Amino acid sequence: MLRFIVTLLLLCLGATLPAAEVETGDARLDAAFEQLLDRNFDVKALGVAALAESDHPKRAELLRGVLEGELRYLNKPPRLVWMREKDGDRHAIDALDGGDHGKFSSRKFKKLPINNAMRGQIRGLLAQLQLSDPDPEVRLKSVNEMLDNPEPGHEALFRSLLDKEQDPAVRAALQSALALAGLGAAEPGQRRQAIAELAGSLEPAVRNGLTRLANGDPDEQVRADAAAALQEIEQRVEIFGHLETLFFGLSAGSVLVLAAIGLAITFGVMGVINMAHGELIMLGAYTTYLMQQLLPEMTGLSILLSIPAAFIVSGVVGIAIERGVIRFLYGRPLETLLATFGISLVLQQLVRTLISPQNVPVSNPDFLSGLWQINSVLALTYNRLYIFIFCLLVFAGLFLLLKYTRLGLQVRAVSQNRAMARAMGVRSARVDALTFGLGSGIAGIAGVALSQLTNVGPNLGQAYIVDSFMVVVFGGVGNLWGTLIGGLGLGIANKVMEPWAGAVLAKILVLVFIILFIQKRPRGLFPQKGRAAEG
Amino acid sequence: MFLLRILKGDRGGQLFLLVLLLVLIAVPLLNGLPADHPAHVSTYTVTLLGKYLTYALLAVAVDLVWGYLGILSLGHAAFFALGGYAMGMYLMRQIGERGVYGNPELPDFMVFLNWQELPWFWYGFDQFWFAALMVFLAPGILAFVFGWLAFRSRVTGVYLSIITQALTYALMLAFFRNEMGFGGNNGLTDFKEILGFSLQSDSTRIGLFIASGVALAVGYLICRALVRSRLGRVAMAIRDAENRTRFVGYRVENVKLAIFTFSAMLAGLAGALYVPQVGIINPGEFAPLNSIEVVIWVAMGGRATLYGAVLGAVGVNYAKTWFTGAFPEFWLFALGGLFVLVTLLLPRGIAGLFRRRGDSA
Amino acid sequence: MSMVQEFFRRDRVFDIMVPKVVEGLDLSHGTVLYMEDVSVAFDGFKAINELNFYVNAGELRCLIGPNGAGKTTMMDIITGKTRPDNGACWFGSRMNLLQMSEPEIAQAGIGRKFQQPTVFEHHSVFENLELSMAGPKGVWPTLRARIGASQRARIDEVLELIGLVEDAQRQAGALSHGQKQWLEIGMLLMQNPLLLLVDEPAAGMTHQEMERTVELLTSLAGEHSVVVVEHDMDFVRALNSRVTVLHQGSVLAEGSMDQVQSDPKVVEVYLGE
Repeated sequence: MLRFIVTLLLLCLGATLPAAEVETGDARLDAAFEQLLDRNFDVKALGVAALAESDHPKRAELLRGVLEGELRYLNKPPRLVWMREKDGDRHAIDALDGGDHGKFSSRKFKKLPINNAMRGQIRGLLAQLQLSDPDPEVRLKSVNEMLDNPEPGHEALFRSLLDKEQDPAVRAALQSALALAGLGAAEPGQRRQAIAELAGSLEPAVRNGLTRLANGDPDEQVRADAAAALQEIEQRVEIFGHLETLFFGLSAGSVLVLAAIGLAITFGVMGVINMAHGELIMLGAYTTYLMQQLLPEMTGLSILLSIPAAFIVSGVVGIAIERGVIRFLYGRPLETLLATFGISLVLQQLVRTLISPQNVPVSNPDFLSGLWQINSVLALTYNRLYIFIFCLLVFAGLFLLLKYTRLGLQVRAVSQNRAMARAMGVRSARVDALTFGLGSGIAGIAGVALSQLTNVGPNLGQAYIVDSFMVVVFGGVGNLWGTLIGGLGLGIANKVMEPWAGAVLAKILVLVFIILFIQKRPRGLFPQKGRAAEG
Repeated sequence: MFLLRILKGDRGGQLFLLVLLLVLIAVPLLNGLPADHPAHVSTYTVTLLGKYLTYALLAVAVDLVWGYLGILSLGHAAFFALGGYAMGMYLMRQIGERGVYGNPELPDFMVFLNWQELPWFWYGFDQFWFAALMVFLAPGILAFVFGWLAFRSRVTGVYLSIITQALTYALMLAFFRNEMGFGGNNGLTDFKEILGFSLQSDSTRIGLFIASGVALAVGYLICRALVRSRLGRVAMAIRDAENRTRFVGYRVENVKLAIFTFSAMLAGLAGALYVPQVGIINPGEFAPLNSIEVVIWVAMGGRATLYGAVLGAVGVNYAKTWFTGAFPEFWLFALGGLFVLVTLLLPRGIAGLFRRRGDSA
Repeated sequence: MSMVQEFFRRDRVFDIMVPKVVEGLDLSHGTVLYMEDVSVAFDGFKAINELNFYVNAGELRCLIGPNGAGKTTMMDIITGKTRPDNGACWFGSRMNLLQMSEPEIAQAGIGRKFQQPTVFEHHSVFENLELSMAGPKGVWPTLRARIGASQRARIDEVLELIGLVEDAQRQAGALSHGQKQWLEIGMLLMQNPLLLLVDEPAAGMTHQEMERTVELLTSLAGEHSVVVVEHDMDFVRALNSRVTVLHQGSVLAEGSMDQVQSDPKVVEVYLGE
């Protein structure tokens, strides 16, 4: 039928209007593109349909080219071309036979103009083409895409596909697609049946369809059913919304924990105020950058290698700081604060002078980009997910280290009673240096993680130092669990407040909250108790 | 008579006040010389010196709480900036119709943000006396509320330092917001005149310079009188043995609160004198780095001497001006190195070099 | 029913009727300090366990006990540094110490010397005594305070008593350990307290200094009530006063030194089984 009209129109239009032409070597393709090049968008739409109907092996590729504006046409000779890199230059490559038409210029090689209605149409058609793809994920995606661009013919198509489909996820999607189509059925009973089948679906198309019925269906029962189903769906959406906030909060909190946990060791266990902690984080981030410069092709590997490298770089710098400055200042916390602040300025300037005063680019490996689409309203970005897992791993590693290794035992001994530990033969100077190195090294690891989330520049550390101190003080000094709970808690609080307060105000509120909290509980969430804790 | 009594035994202070007096007399005179005269002091230098004097007053305020009371405040820049904002708001209102948008009532940035009327907290700032009052009250009230909460729950030492830093950080973030009504990122600037005198004229700049000098001298004398009084000795007792002081019967919280609030007001005054001389106040003044820099001026000059704070503030800032002119990229190396060296090698600062060992602090 | 009866018990005093702080000290019953059923726990460890302890006006009392018996914690409670979990603690019969802050307690007339001598190290000996002097201690009066002739005379008197006349202008930080102990006792005297709590006054003293300390403390008794915590048994014997033995946070025995020393329970605690 469609083909008949197309041919008819083609005959009429072809006779009256001199349209631009392309030569593809395939008559049906030629006809389709002749329509596509027409000025009238209705005719163009017919051309798109004709292109999809043709059985040409490259039709999907060409449709996508039209959709994304990458497919261009040339007047003389009349050819379709792609823009491709070749020998460092951009060349126009024939879309069908692969021949070279010389250097590309956007004036000579023109776009095929389309409008939004056509974009929707093309997406739907592409989805239909993909429905026969062997990969079930592609099929699932195309069903969902078609749901977003509904067309009258889809229902029959879905029904025929459902018979052949084996994959359960795709089957479920097809069924809900059919039910959705059923929303438009003439019989109220059928409509109600469709509503019942759609209960709990989170697809935006379902929600739109149900909203339409709830507001405007002639049948009262159908309206009530639709409203009830809609309400249930909204509730689920809300729950997933909360889950998403929670996830954002946890990932933001993980960043805080990563930044603060090294500090929890140097400040909490050793009582040293290290204002250069932020710069140790920054060094970790720069180590990632340099590692990527060394291994430009292997982003994934370079990230993995950066973790131990950053630990060593920041750890060594930390030990140098401890041996060079801090050990002369034990028992004078305020002086330590000032001296390490001086060190932080020097480190910042060092990076500016040696590398660059500007931010440096750090690329993300493939496994850190992309989304984990759980359902149509909840998607978790991989980088945030990995940060959370990474944070837990670092925490667990550190916890086990302190709990079960000889160094951990010595660290705890020195932190509880330095004189006694010394008397028992612990070399406290060595333990101090190693503890400080450990805390600093973890700051370096935090830097690797941060390099994947924010800009890497000389000021990276400064942005985190106040936050890190807040987390440690909030959680309770000398308590790793406090740091974990405190950091994640503050992250969640921040994200929960953000929607109604805005990011900056949320941050201010959290700061004010901590200031007030410290008044109430000067020793944090999990204080060390007993007489020894009273300073 | 009173002067002699409070300066008794304070040789450094006597010397400092003498030098200050000479500078306050000499600089305006030298500025009056013809521009090609070798001893001519340019107006630019006068303003620069005036800026140093306000920094010195800020440093004295910090030394009062750190040197004598043992509170290392990493948030004094917040009080300085609040005083500066109070003055800036007055100067903004003085612009009147001469702004870019020519609105007699609203400052330019409010017109730009499409605000229809002046927010309530801008009322009164067209009057100098009101702004002058706010220069003291705004930082004073903040310090009072903050101190009341912190001292009552006995937050001390490093914890106190960190939450003062959080305070100034939170204020910085808040003032960056346009919705706050203080000009957001750009702050307050383009000032025209103060009390009817054009800020561009040499005589106004000299007047501001002298005012800064007088404020520094008066502030110094009040602080000196304070530390010489029994209250000052109690403050030092708190610094050295807080619990003992409590068991002797002093209300440590009240003493801390009074001195901390006074110090904040002094910092506010310094900020108010600073703003008309540099011609701008923006949220950057709240940056934690600024507060910590003040501390290093004091440490450099020598804590618990007051005149050492002045010495440190002027010295470090002179070095900063020189470095940023000659080797801009080395300034942070120099400043950072200064922090480390002073704390390691000169715990009593420059003033400590001149004092007898065992001299009472 | 029992709840109603509780209301009509004749000896019952409602919390709301108990005065917080009453001006002036009531010593009409001859007891200066009451501690009743006081308990306090740190992290589950009972430092003080249902302690009952009374001090009579003008009495000199020694408090002994092994380490961890709760001596210092008890002083912390009396001076307001630590709040007990339950129990009552009264100064005279009208002042509730549990509702007063440390400075209020000090102003009311309880002075304390710490185990570690704590003096104001950057002040001169004279200034240390001046700061400790009884009198108004608010912010404003302190700011305006000038030292008067009678006050100067009182300081000289105390300097004489603690043997530091010649060191009056020296920095307190430069004094020897024993001198610091004396200075701290002098600071206590300047406060003119009714009750002195003296924690290990003899530590770090030579034998001669110790003798003078004994002399001083016995001379103070009568006008002041004095509670002395001490480990040195010779010193305690020399004080020749009633002795209270503390063990695991409660009173184990009380009486003269001889009585206490012959008490089998005390012997067991000190010597082990």
